[in-house]
Amino acid sequence: MSDIPRRTFLKGTIAVPAVGMTGILATVADAQVADKSATHRQVKLKLNGKDHSFDLDLRTTLLDAAREHASLTGSKKGCDHGQCGACTMLVNGRRINSCLTLAVMHEGDDIQTIEGLGAPENLHPMQAAFVEHDGFQCGYCTSGQICSAVGMLDEAKQGWPSHVTENVATERISLSDAEIRERMSGNICRCGAYSNIVAAIKDAGGLA
Amino acid sequence: MKAFSYERASDPAEAARAVASSPRAKFIAGGTNLLDLMKLQIETPTHLIDVSRIDFGGIEEKDGGLRIGAQVPNSTLAADRRVRERYTVLAQALLAGASGQLRNKATTGGNLLQRTRCYYFYDTSKPCNKRKPGSGCSAIGGFNRMHAILGASDECIATHPSDMAVAMVALDATVATVKSDGSPRTIPIAELHRLPGETPHVETTLEPGELITHVDLPPPAEGPQSYRKVRDRASYAFALMSVAIAGDAVAMGGVAHKPWRAAKLEKARKDGASTDEAINAELASAKGYGSNDFKIPLVKRVLKAALAARS
Repeated sequence: MSDIPRRTFLKGTIAVPAVGMTGILATVADAQVADKSATHRQVKLKLNGKDHSFDLDLRTTLLDAAREHASLTGSKKGCDHGQCGACTMLVNGRRINSCLTLAVMHEGDDIQTIEGLGAPENLHPMQAAFVEHDGFQCGYCTSGQICSAVGMLDEAKQGWPSHVTENVATERISLSDAEIRERMSGNICRCGAYSNIVAAIKDAGGLA
Repeated sequence: MKAFSYERASDPAEAARAVASSPRAKFIAGGTNLLDLMKLQIETPTHLIDVSRIDFGGIEEKDGGLRIGAQVPNSTLAADRRVRERYTVLAQALLAGASGQLRNKATTGGNLLQRTRCYYFYDTSKPCNKRKPGSGCSAIGGFNRMHAILGASDECIATHPSDMAVAMVALDATVATVKSDGSPRTIPIAELHRLPGETPHVETTLEPGELITHVDLPPPAEGPQSYRKVRDRASYAFALMSVAIAGDAVAMGGVAHKPWRAAKLEKARKDGASTDEAINAELASAKGYGSNDFKIPLVKRVLKAALAARS
């Protein structure tokens, strides 16, 4: 059991009832769009540098495509409405809420999840800093926090101002604690590890 | 989410025609508001026309102002040096809205066309004239802390949540569109959004299928610019009220069904009224609904502080 990933185990245990459910759902499907060829599509996605092709219901979000179809379960589903940031991924280098976008809209994009940032034996500097500074407790928001922080440091490096930047036309952005907190407000940590998250980001960003 | 079919548009006129020809089709660009509502089955389009890959152009100099492509993300617009230096109020408003992740995805056109909404609009167990015309307004007599104090009706007291649009109204922006017959149209931004009246489910003056292609900013008016936003949290929250100032122009967010140009205030000041008189003229018709009564004195005080800071 210990060698079987939790996800694979769960899939195996619910396979029988799931097949039964599919038949019921099909009969109550919206008649207007009952034609599967119109509501499903073969979608090509580039995840962490690797090309994939999945047969997807068009409703599939980028988050669900990564988790349910590519087995990249590092990105988490918290609120599923863009409020918590647990699903944050980097798309073409920019951080977005992967729960609020359709997979089919991201063909051709360069999509990076937490799995693409680093691996247990080769941590990304931001991952290492979160470990070093204890920037988490339960860990559920952590992959989103880390992807968001990596995207955020890049935004600051490009000179993007924020709501707390005194003069938005300034040439140089200095990432104070207040700046980091404002820029990370799209990521919620219900354990309240915020002060250590700020410390980790400052460390990884060379600001400590 | 209800099932839908999908197509990717490459041409604005073709996209406009496709939406106009199917009553339950919708455009999708950033999708941050539409998908949120589709997941709750508040929006149930049967066909989506993806306009996110249409190249409307980026941010370009035009007639001494700027022309902004409809698909330019909010974050790109806020980071643009010309916007930061010449249209400070717009950069500040954009940065006061949403979160870093949402600003990266949300587009200029989509920000304007996000739904005017309140928590009863989201609660499908409650009546809402906007969600289901004729069913009633749960906010009137309900919890209405976030709601409108100006221009509301007995049918709806929701507020338009955009910060960006408030700054654009103060800047006298123009919205450029393409209609379903392929013809272009320009709309002064103050005329894009509607007050609720008896049809709160109709939020803009756009025709079916009409697609926003650009927002044009005229050269900035003389005088300082600023954006102040008051909200329940320091970050990532809708405005209880906000005020955008650009020269003599004043617009407010969080107070009405649309970004509110303070035309009475502007006129009174031009006619030589004191700041207090001008503010009172603007708020003369203001009406609270219980939980949002505090907004009337709040708006007066924030307007006074913002106007004092500019002069």
